[in-house]
Amino acid sequence: MFKFIAKRILEAIPTLLVLITISFFLMRFAPGNPFSTERPLPPEVMENINAKYGLDKSVFEQYTTYLTNVLQGDFGPSFKYKDFTVNELVASALPVSAKVGAAAFVFTLIMGVGVGTIAALKQNTWIDYTIMSTAMIGVVMPSFVLAPALIYVFSIYLGWFPAGGWLDGSFQYMFLPVIGMSLLYVATFARITRGSMIETLNSNFIRTARAKGLSYTYIVLKHALKPAMLPVVSYMGPAFVGIITGSVVIETIFGLPGIGKLFVNAAFNRDYSLVMGVTILIGFLFIIFNTVVDILLAAIDPKIRY
Amino acid sequence: MERLKNKITQAVLLSVGLTLASTSFSAFAADVPAGTQLAKVQELVRGNGTEVASLDPHKTEGVPESHVIRDLLEGLVNQDSQGNTIPGVALSWETTDNKLFTFHLRKDAKWSNGDPVTAEDFVYSFKRVVDPVTASPYAWYLEMTNMVNAKEIIEGTADKETLGVKAIDPYTLQVTLTTAVPYFVKMMGHTTVKPVHKASIEKFGDKWTKPENFVGNGAFTIANWVVNERIELVPNNNYWDNAHTVLTKVTFLPIENQVSEMNRFLSGEIDITNELPNEHYKRLAKDHAESVSIPGNLCSYYYGFNNAKAPFNDVRVRKALSYAIDRNVITKFLLGQGQKPAYFLTPEIVAGFHPQMPAYGKLTQKQRVQEAKDLLSEAGFNKQNPLKFTLLYNTSENHKKIAAAIQSMWKKSLGVDVQLENQEWKTYLDTRRQGDFDVTRAGWCGDYNEASSFLSLMQSNNSSNDPKYKSAEYDQIMNKALLSTDDQERNALYAEAEVLLAKDMPIAPIYQYVKARLVNPHVGGFPTNNAEDKIFSKDLYIKQ
Repeated sequence: MFKFIAKRILEAIPTLLVLITISFFLMRFAPGNPFSTERPLPPEVMENINAKYGLDKSVFEQYTTYLTNVLQGDFGPSFKYKDFTVNELVASALPVSAKVGAAAFVFTLIMGVGVGTIAALKQNTWIDYTIMSTAMIGVVMPSFVLAPALIYVFSIYLGWFPAGGWLDGSFQYMFLPVIGMSLLYVATFARITRGSMIETLNSNFIRTARAKGLSYTYIVLKHALKPAMLPVVSYMGPAFVGIITGSVVIETIFGLPGIGKLFVNAAFNRDYSLVMGVTILIGFLFIIFNTVVDILLAAIDPKIRY
Repeated sequence: MERLKNKITQAVLLSVGLTLASTSFSAFAADVPAGTQLAKVQELVRGNGTEVASLDPHKTEGVPESHVIRDLLEGLVNQDSQGNTIPGVALSWETTDNKLFTFHLRKDAKWSNGDPVTAEDFVYSFKRVVDPVTASPYAWYLEMTNMVNAKEIIEGTADKETLGVKAIDPYTLQVTLTTAVPYFVKMMGHTTVKPVHKASIEKFGDKWTKPENFVGNGAFTIANWVVNERIELVPNNNYWDNAHTVLTKVTFLPIENQVSEMNRFLSGEIDITNELPNEHYKRLAKDHAESVSIPGNLCSYYYGFNNAKAPFNDVRVRKALSYAIDRNVITKFLLGQGQKPAYFLTPEIVAGFHPQMPAYGKLTQKQRVQEAKDLLSEAGFNKQNPLKFTLLYNTSENHKKIAAAIQSMWKKSLGVDVQLENQEWKTYLDTRRQGDFDVTRAGWCGDYNEASSFLSLMQSNNSSNDPKYKSAEYDQIMNKALLSTDDQERNALYAEAEVLLAKDMPIAPIYQYVKARLVNPHVGGFPTNNAEDKIFSKDLYIKQ
């Protein structure tokens, strides 16, 4: 196991390096630049600005300087938000996204697995049909439709929750974004859990357990749940990615000061250093999370060995 | 919506001649009418579009930044609710030749740490703007005021100490220009010429705008700043007129999504929005009529022809296309918020601007289309040889709607085949600048309330002249106007320049903007007649 983790970390280094290189050059070759505005700046002003941000050097020289700085943990000043460095911006945005993302992820897992299991146990009853048809709506409803609908009902009509903002990130500010972010995945997890659970419950070892006269609840919790979780765990990776990228939409609609919003604005503003910083961060998180999922899979599936 | 945010729309107006020997006004602050019941909680929340790029006035170029900085720092002059220039730190000023200006500063102005605001602070600040080390994106603004040596210092050929500004004594500031600029004092209302606190900048460098380090001389100071979430301001107890500030807290929220902003207004979380979504306008005007505010705005919407490229180098083609646009359909049915059809590059709301309506503006749309048809066939385009081209615009629902409407007008009346092409903002700017277009959408907001802020765009050497209009006659009129010290003569020349634009039609003016937003009726003191949208929070209060 330790060897496996060490190997994954070592593999991550070239992956990140490739990611940095590709994004660096893609960004530089995109049309427009951080300082292009409707009124073109006089050449002498532009020169002063370029000199200040090191853009007067060759792209290759900029690249090597950037790499050197990144290795020392310095992601440079933001090109757009001139009063902040990339490190400061990320440090203030990451906790917000992490808090909402983690809450959404936990909520998704508990709800998805919970209702999926219930649907499987009550297969082909009205409970099953209700859960699964609701889940179907959840799967096809994109968050940019769902979130405004939630705001309309819960903020404007009922007035229970604020329509946006973050303040201190208390429960009332988190509730709607978390729901808006999770529903799609709750629905997907419910469907996966239900399918996998039904399959497991019909397998031979469960029949054996029932023949031995064990209680149904005991069989479900002790024998069926674990193997039924395999496809669920496998889907956790993509779901995590989806929640992170989906946070762009949710953060924009609810006005949350998180990573997603920072990322989109950075791209529109051609804020080179900020785009790079967030790209590296997200790449890094993906690698970590996929490693965690692989370890979890190995823990619950005796067929997987590293 | 309209991507005009990256320009500071600013700087003020002295409507009549500045050659007046001396000027003096009474101060303006929250002017609460007698009998008004003030609310117990005086906290205001304003939508502010995008996150501010900086709160350092010498490093910004956008409207959202100006909204916040206007509350944090006070320049030589301010504006009242009607858009008139009134004293700020300068109590009065004088000039005899529009080249040498003397400002007399008030002696009770203080920084938020208690230091007095002196003429030296302005000298330091102006020099900082042009200093190449600062790399200010609006450094050219000082160049535009014609301050002595501003251009040379920006270019690096002169030392910043040689800038035409000096402190005669702690409360007398003198500015020297290379040529007469009659509207110089109005230009001093701009964000770029706000003073900054030297000692704080020397101590904290780029970090001086952080709430814990900030020292300002405005009516408010920063209490809290969470990027992409909120900026909170509280009154500056050392502000000279703090006794008249009613609000105890002002919060700016950076909300780009107009629907999100509207929702937060409707749920009572915001008092003043930055914009309102066009597609919701009719419903809002019906259900929330008391909250909808629509003052005119110092901005124009137009299509630019690529004058350097065939067939748009033919004035008949340009005219035909311009005539065939039914501006009334666009303003009445597509926009419908009170926008006016435009026949000029300069919006008619600009102070002192009285243009003559061009001949085509007086025709009915039917007559215009007939003339357009004749012009186009004269230029050699007909059914067998239809005119085909691409219309470029920056990605936005509103621009798309207008482009589609005009596309169909051109098709129906002239049989012209137009392809629409939208590009994301910075890509679009690049394409436009490289002249890689046939016809492009464009918009412009004035940097100050004077026609030259618009008309200078079409001068052949102007870097924003993307349509590549080149007319010696036009340049001559504009140069003459810019040198004229007589307001009446200058405005007559501006009107003449517009006549030439209607004759050459390098661009097709389409409509004049309004600034639509939602304002909670409990907000008092809101300036509904300020064309430059300069809102000072110190003038606002909350009614019960």
